[in-house]
Amino acid sequence: MSETTSQITPARAKPWNDPRVRSLVFQLVAIAGVMWGGWTLVDNTLANMEARGISTGFGFLEQSAGFGIIMSLIPYEATDSYGRTFWVGLLNTLLVSGLGIVAATLLGFMIGVARLSSNWLIAKLSLAYIEIIRNIPLLLQIFFWYFAVLRNLPSPRQSVELGGLFFLNNRGFYLPDPIALPGFGWVELALAIAIASVIALRIWAKRRQQATGQIFPTGKVSLAILVTLPVLAFLATGAPLDWTVPELRGFNFRGGITIIPELAALWVALSLYTASFIAEIVRSGILSVSKGQTEAARALGLRQGLTLRLVVIPQAMRVIIPPLTSQYLNLVKNSSLATAIGYPDLVSVFMGTTLNQTGQAVEVVAMTMAVYLTISLLISFVMNLYNRAVALKER
Amino acid sequence: MKKIFSLAAGTATLLGVVMAGNAMANTTLENIREKGHLQCGVTSGLPGFSQPDDKGNWTGIDVDTCRAVAAAIFGDASKAQFTPLTAKERFTALQSGEIDMLSRNTTWTLTRDASLGLNFAGVNYYDGQGFLVSRELGVSDATELDGATACIQAGTTTELNMADYFRTHGMEFNALVFDTSEQTVQGFAAGRCDVLTSDRSQLAALRSKLTDPNSAVILPTIISKEPLGPVVRQGDDQWFNIVKWTLFTQVNAEELGITSANVDEMKSSDNPSIQRLLGTDGDMGEKLGLSADFGYNIIKEVGNYGEMYNRNVGPGTPLDLERGLNALWTEGGIMYAPPVR
Repeated sequence: MSETTSQITPARAKPWNDPRVRSLVFQLVAIAGVMWGGWTLVDNTLANMEARGISTGFGFLEQSAGFGIIMSLIPYEATDSYGRTFWVGLLNTLLVSGLGIVAATLLGFMIGVARLSSNWLIAKLSLAYIEIIRNIPLLLQIFFWYFAVLRNLPSPRQSVELGGLFFLNNRGFYLPDPIALPGFGWVELALAIAIASVIALRIWAKRRQQATGQIFPTGKVSLAILVTLPVLAFLATGAPLDWTVPELRGFNFRGGITIIPELAALWVALSLYTASFIAEIVRSGILSVSKGQTEAARALGLRQGLTLRLVVIPQAMRVIIPPLTSQYLNLVKNSSLATAIGYPDLVSVFMGTTLNQTGQAVEVVAMTMAVYLTISLLISFVMNLYNRAVALKER
Repeated sequence: MKKIFSLAAGTATLLGVVMAGNAMANTTLENIREKGHLQCGVTSGLPGFSQPDDKGNWTGIDVDTCRAVAAAIFGDASKAQFTPLTAKERFTALQSGEIDMLSRNTTWTLTRDASLGLNFAGVNYYDGQGFLVSRELGVSDATELDGATACIQAGTTTELNMADYFRTHGMEFNALVFDTSEQTVQGFAAGRCDVLTSDRSQLAALRSKLTDPNSAVILPTIISKEPLGPVVRQGDDQWFNIVKWTLFTQVNAEELGITSANVDEMKSSDNPSIQRLLGTDGDMGEKLGLSADFGYNIIKEVGNYGEMYNRNVGPGTPLDLERGLNALWTEGGIMYAPPVR
């Protein structure tokens, strides 16, 4: 026994004893198992649905939808296809998510900074805001903003009016819709030139400051360029812009742009709710910057605002960005609560009405999940790029 | 080793889930008998059709249809249990087997009958879509509704009819779609929409939920046909027949003058139609896979169609709906059942 073992060279183990081979085999088996499981699920679902006489496939996307949608960013008629209802819903989701992210970020940063204010009243007010808003379920807040506000607005015939151009009632906020006449292209061109020159100015100002230490008032000059150039172009081309003003005809106002109360309520609720979380994230970020940094900045003679902007916030961003990304993702996903108040987002339009009229639950739910996954991964990707840019660079 | 075991257990669970679909060899009737009750999908609260009272007992015409089926199977109407569903959830709940039958104010259409893997077992209420408007708007006809905003429940034929009607009449409208009929009423009460549109029976029910029901009127215009009835899964013809013939039994009973009050006397009737219906003669129950006296049980426990109608939605109830189309064919309506023979 001992003789035979001693003759085997220890350098080459048997393949089934080689850890690398074994781990490879196990991984292949695991992958094959997962793929087989997935394939069985799909195959079984299709076979069972077939057996029970349930239609399958994506052919329904071509069929005419036949129902109305109250708000659409692209032209939509009831005679358009189910496929188009998908895009209408998707754009409405993106609209409210985008608006929500911008508002929640601005508000969240302000409240987060205010929470650390040395002013007792401001600090405690921020604290109260955070603790109240983040501890009430979002759905209740959406209902609150929807019904509480809606019930207090007048009917269309008693609208709150501003100069005969803006109207507010329980059907929404109506404002004039600009229509570009020929020649408006010059104004757009002027705006583009203005933006380009502002960027050039900023680069030049930065170089000059690095070279000479002199500070150029970039903010004020940029603003002046951005306003003056387009306005001059607008006046020079003879004000090539027309407005359709909303007017009361029959039951409702027609013409102009309408911001429906569902959008407003959802936007406000999502922004306030997410802002309370962002505020805490901002506070934790700022507190993570050691006090020595602030003291050093003050010792160099930087004013408080500049200290915050140039020293504290850039370092705090490293801590803030990862959890902030999560909040953005939450906001996008929470926007699907829209269906509770009738805002026509993707879940309400596509996974609601379209699913019901076609009955093709599996396809519709799969498409909707794929969309949310794609949006979330895109946000993650962009935020990760930004994170890489601001992350601590170890040299 | 522990890992391998948990992996094996996980795989087994996964397989169990995947294979479960194929293992449903039992018929629906056998399954119901085995679990001892009938699981029935209803609305989450629509007066007259299906609504729980303050003690949690469900009442309504759709509920009674379920109870009649339970009486036919078990001889005991209380063996029906109810699952409240929104319009959006209803078909999935039936397809997945969560409920045995759907009796939820559901319109019979070709698409639903042919592409959802479901079968409509008949009609327990003939309805049509109408409009509820605030009285102060002063509208008397649907053609005056150009430009109106309408509150609609999601996942209903109503959404489609509304678009069709306004398109064919060259009118504009805004559709505000809510998940439940409760929310459509809230939206309407808050003044968010000018019109609440739904089946007329539902409008009567929803109007009774307003704080001042007299502040709103139902317009006379009817823009669609809405035959409402119970639905079952496709592929189990015996079960389909049981639900279908439960409905027919109730209609036939009304035609023959059998009520829950006189059904015991009627058992000794000489009329062969009555004898067959109540099971004192023939083997009608056996053909359906039920007991011989299933007809007797339905009438004794739930009553005939007329009783069911009057009790839940008829004149004198909060809904106060005339029989109209739902009267027997012998009385000017279209309720007509094939003979029990």
